[in-house]
Amino acid sequence: MYAQGLNSTDPAAVEAEDPDRLAAFQARIDAEEKIEPNDWMPAQYRRTLVRQISQHAHSEVIGMQPEGNWVTRAPTLARKAQLLAKIQDEAGHGLYLYSAAETLGVTREALYDQLLSGRAKYSSIFNYPTLNYADMGAIGWLVDGAAIMNQIPLCRCSYGPYARAMILVCKEESFHQRQGYAIMVAMCRGSAEQRAMAQDALNRFWQPSIMMFGPHDSNSTHSELSMKWKIKRFTNDGLRRKFIDATVPQAHSLGLTIPDPDLRFNEATGHWEHGAIDWDEFARVLGGDGPCNRQRLKHRRAAEAEGAWVREAAAAYAAKRRGANERAA
Amino acid sequence: MSFASCDPRAAWLMRLGDTTLVLGHRMTEWLSRAPTLEEDIALANLGLDLIGQTRLFYTRACELEGGARDETDLAYRRAEPDYRNPLLVEQPNGNFADTMARHLIFAGFATPLYQRLAASCDAETAGIATRSARETTYHLRHAGEWMIRLGDGTDESHERAQAALDDLWPYVPELFEADDLDRAVAASGFGVDPSTLRDDFDAAVDDVLARARLAKPAEPRGQRGGKAGRHSEHLGHILAELQYLQRAYPDARW
Repeated sequence: MYAQGLNSTDPAAVEAEDPDRLAAFQARIDAEEKIEPNDWMPAQYRRTLVRQISQHAHSEVIGMQPEGNWVTRAPTLARKAQLLAKIQDEAGHGLYLYSAAETLGVTREALYDQLLSGRAKYSSIFNYPTLNYADMGAIGWLVDGAAIMNQIPLCRCSYGPYARAMILVCKEESFHQRQGYAIMVAMCRGSAEQRAMAQDALNRFWQPSIMMFGPHDSNSTHSELSMKWKIKRFTNDGLRRKFIDATVPQAHSLGLTIPDPDLRFNEATGHWEHGAIDWDEFARVLGGDGPCNRQRLKHRRAAEAEGAWVREAAAAYAAKRRGANERAA
Repeated sequence: MSFASCDPRAAWLMRLGDTTLVLGHRMTEWLSRAPTLEEDIALANLGLDLIGQTRLFYTRACELEGGARDETDLAYRRAEPDYRNPLLVEQPNGNFADTMARHLIFAGFATPLYQRLAASCDAETAGIATRSARETTYHLRHAGEWMIRLGDGTDESHERAQAALDDLWPYVPELFEADDLDRAVAASGFGVDPSTLRDDFDAAVDDVLARARLAKPAEPRGQRGGKAGRHSEHLGHILAELQYLQRAYPDARW
């Protein structure tokens, strides 16, 4: 799963940095060296990474909910085990990514607070409901498919801990993507009702999936610095085109219709061209007014609140053990 | 198609599978609700083990009864009275202490059961039991460590952990009461008589409770019936959710 790269680096903040250090830093980036936690880095580079990595981590954690919605109702034991393992992978990605963010000097608790208070963003895709079982296929196929397009380049991100985390995450996401497609295949080869579920899932998840790549490049004013620092290596529109080119033939081979009447293949460029994207909806969902924003955050807050006494107990027990060990020493 | 299996070996393995399926279902209800992200991963792991065990027990049971049914028939197309799990595992998750206390009791029972079953005269069943015992040994450790933290953590966690044990203890006796089926499969060398497992259970649980500063509840007369198909109100709701898609779309292939 994936967090939208919101590309909000602030060039003005960079001008305040020591020019010599900044030049040396840029030289390392240009030489494809990895920046490690104890290396000097511009404050803006650190902030951008903390935001991007934590958004990604939050997306993994919130992303457990739409799929968790079907795990108790999975149609076979094999499908149940697959879904359970997938959601477990997402929790693992979240944990791994929070740890990567912590190497930049923030705590998981502080990042959690930002999520729970609504200050931090997570991927808008998880604010859509999962309404039939084919959604478990569509999420793997489309959402994880879009995530991979975004994430494969992040394996070469200039920040070492993030790049290394993404290698593991991408391997698992690729598996999820294939598993999702396999669910779609089963649904499309099944009964008429199942095919209708599959088409309905595609209808609902297509637009939100292509929105996952973020605004058009023409409206994405801050991505230049992220590109220069090699946090980001491809543009939003470039990645979106790659995703659509890969996905349209898959939909056709499933016998499904992409819900975009303006979609057409451009013989001259060799690419599929999509119709208008509803950016007002994108802004609404990102701004907190999607179908499930409130529900997702409420669920997360409730889990945090209900678990507080357990975390306190674990901390109290650990403190007692430490005390006992010190007395014994 | 008859609902109950006439082959006692199959019927007994189905009981084990019903037990792990119902408890596995309860574990999946925790997803995204655990007190920490680490625990979300751990609870999913417990659930995965239990669903995996279910599939193995059911599949072997189906082979032994002749292959007319498969794991999907057993999990998704039987009603409450056909399920033969003990009442313990269908009890609601409650709070985290309730879930960990339930799991301590389950793993304290299942681990010695599987360890003995590893000597079954049926090589397939012995293999499944060997693998499953490794898993529940870890479950016992995980639930035990949490009960110790909760019991010896804060006043609130101690109270909750003690209340959880007190509430669940009435479901302990049923686990260890042998019926005719238990005795028959034990006598043939296929299965295990659960009444022989109580000492192992007590040793494991007593150790945890002592370290947790929790009191072992007095042995109540207990609630029973699940093993005979007479359940609590909870199982119907579990099956309504679990079986929804198979029941609503009987012609679908998933």
